[in-house]
Amino acid sequence: MSVEYNKENPMPVPTRYFDYEGYWKGIDENKLTLQKCGDCGAWCHQPQPMCPDCHSIERKWEEVSGKGTVYSWVTYHESQEPSFKAPYSVVLVELEEGMRLISNLVDVKPDEIEIGMKVEVVFDKIMDEITLPKFKKV
Amino acid sequence: MDFLKDKAAIVGMGIYKFSKDSDLTETDMACRSIRSALDDAGLTPDGIDGIIVYAEEDYDDIDITRAMGIGNMTYYGDVRWDGGASCSMVLRAAMAVASGSANYIVVVKSVNDASLKRVKKDWGELRSWPAAQETFYNPYGLTSDDGRIGMNVRRYIHEHNINSDSFGWVTQVLRENGAKNPNSMFYEKPVSHKDYLESKIKVEPFRELDYSCPVDGSIAFIVATAEKAKRLKRRPAYIMAGAQSMVKGTQFKTSYYKSSITDLHATEIVAKTLFEKSGVTHKDIDMLQIEDEFAPLVPMQLESLGFCERGKGVDFIEGGDRISVSGELPVNTSGGSIGEGNLHGMNHIAEAVNQLRETSTSQVKDVEKILVATGVFGPTSGLILRR
Amino acid sequence: MTFKYIPGIPLVHPVVDRCNRGFWESINNHVLSIQRCQTCGLRLHPPRPMCPRCLATNMGWEPSPGRGVVHTWVNFVYDRAGYPGIKCPYAVATVELDEGVRILSNIVEMDPADVYIGMPVEAVFTDVNKELTLVHFKKRDK
Repeated sequence: MSVEYNKENPMPVPTRYFDYEGYWKGIDENKLTLQKCGDCGAWCHQPQPMCPDCHSIERKWEEVSGKGTVYSWVTYHESQEPSFKAPYSVVLVELEEGMRLISNLVDVKPDEIEIGMKVEVVFDKIMDEITLPKFKKV
Repeated sequence: MDFLKDKAAIVGMGIYKFSKDSDLTETDMACRSIRSALDDAGLTPDGIDGIIVYAEEDYDDIDITRAMGIGNMTYYGDVRWDGGASCSMVLRAAMAVASGSANYIVVVKSVNDASLKRVKKDWGELRSWPAAQETFYNPYGLTSDDGRIGMNVRRYIHEHNINSDSFGWVTQVLRENGAKNPNSMFYEKPVSHKDYLESKIKVEPFRELDYSCPVDGSIAFIVATAEKAKRLKRRPAYIMAGAQSMVKGTQFKTSYYKSSITDLHATEIVAKTLFEKSGVTHKDIDMLQIEDEFAPLVPMQLESLGFCERGKGVDFIEGGDRISVSGELPVNTSGGSIGEGNLHGMNHIAEAVNQLRETSTSQVKDVEKILVATGVFGPTSGLILRR
Repeated sequence: MTFKYIPGIPLVHPVVDRCNRGFWESINNHVLSIQRCQTCGLRLHPPRPMCPRCLATNMGWEPSPGRGVVHTWVNFVYDRAGYPGIKCPYAVATVELDEGVRILSNIVEMDPADVYIGMPVEAVFTDVNKELTLVHFKKRDK
């Protein structure tokens, strides 16, 4: 089971903010590209203007493996957002590279989710303009 | 010795009663609670020369000053971040009176969180979320506080192998306290641990009885120097220490990218700072008034504040005896946000003042020092108040 | 050269709350009402929850004849300076009513360039659309 949307209600649309351009360019090509410091090489998610470790402004974008594990999760049994049909789950995935991402799982029922479960990225085109990186069980 | 220690005190307090629908604007309730606080302290608006408000309500410091005909403000400003703001506002007022920037400062927060009668109706609109949250959380349906904080709590349950049934003891104790408090949304309505277990799951891992209760209401304090406090009619609640903390990797109510998302790092630092600055130790603290937006936050903070070992918070609350009014470390004796109503920590400070004045509806004998801490998983603040 | 709305551009509607509802309901009936403290008699505008003189909250409403003088005014001459829903040039003025309170509005039915401080004015009511009526002011003879 995946997240089901009530398409008649407006979706919370992500911001294609220019600090996140590399992330979105990657998604346009169905790649998960995250921010990496051009100087010290530290990964940083969510993207931000400066490396929090070495304060460099040399940002680059690099594709990640897309493999990781479920670090934590919640299940909405009552929807608080009219465009989402309950129940649905939100997961915090820890990637092999160490960064964490909020996302949804596809083809996994809420009662099958476990912390530590191995997952990998898939790309879900939720509407014409918007594709989101989501995760499936490996 | 710390510069601020015992230099300032809360000398007046006014509460505009909690309800599901105040049918007043937030500005109106704010004015009424300030008027009560002035009466309580024996002051008039002419004496007020400073104001600190919360940053995201329908009113601001100008509106209140104008509405109450106050003529000579020499210190004013606002503070943000929900519960994390409340102790911060008192701290700022204390610093301002101690430095001589003003003499009598109003601290106020007024919310129509239950009726949502305000200009900025929607939570999303009210909390101007940074673009990062709109991009990386909202499209996945992580759009509410229960989900945001549930993510951390789930991990806490996992890391310490906790049976989440235990969180119900917090609810039982807080509702027991609230049931004795006429200002509470749950006056004379206690619930049992059994009720907790039977309450439905809303956003897993939370049950309905894990939640705090949104209210319409307002609380105002008057802060003055210790010198001036002695000449006023009420017993002062002296501010021994105040602290704020925002740590590396902080995001509002999420902070998912820190090495640990369960250790309430900011709360640890607030506690450490409060103890250092006040010179008191854990065993001097007679009770806690702490953040309880959701029940599991209580055992988590007991650990982070240093009242028990990491992972032992749930053992501490088991059965509820140790945190009850007659226990070794009473918690949230007015009921707090779960048992009284959620005024974002202002009600926790108010209850601390009541306990020190011996006017609480769940009065504990011989209370001398109280630790207040509000806000978690984001900017966090705290106070140690004494008689 | 007189005050005109540009059709099709939505106006920002007032936020009506418990405190100012009396004002807007009265305006809908083409009556200007001014808030008055029922304890000490102080008149106030814009409406507020508490009397700044005596801190009472029992505020009432009193109809106003709507007569006063221009206290000060500005003229929005250039398109890009003004609100897009109103045709430039237009005048925004604070009017001091005979009761002693000031109210902000537009001066209508005349060329804004001819407005002057001290100009006697009286209230007129403009039904902007089905949901919105506003009080405006026009020049009156002494």
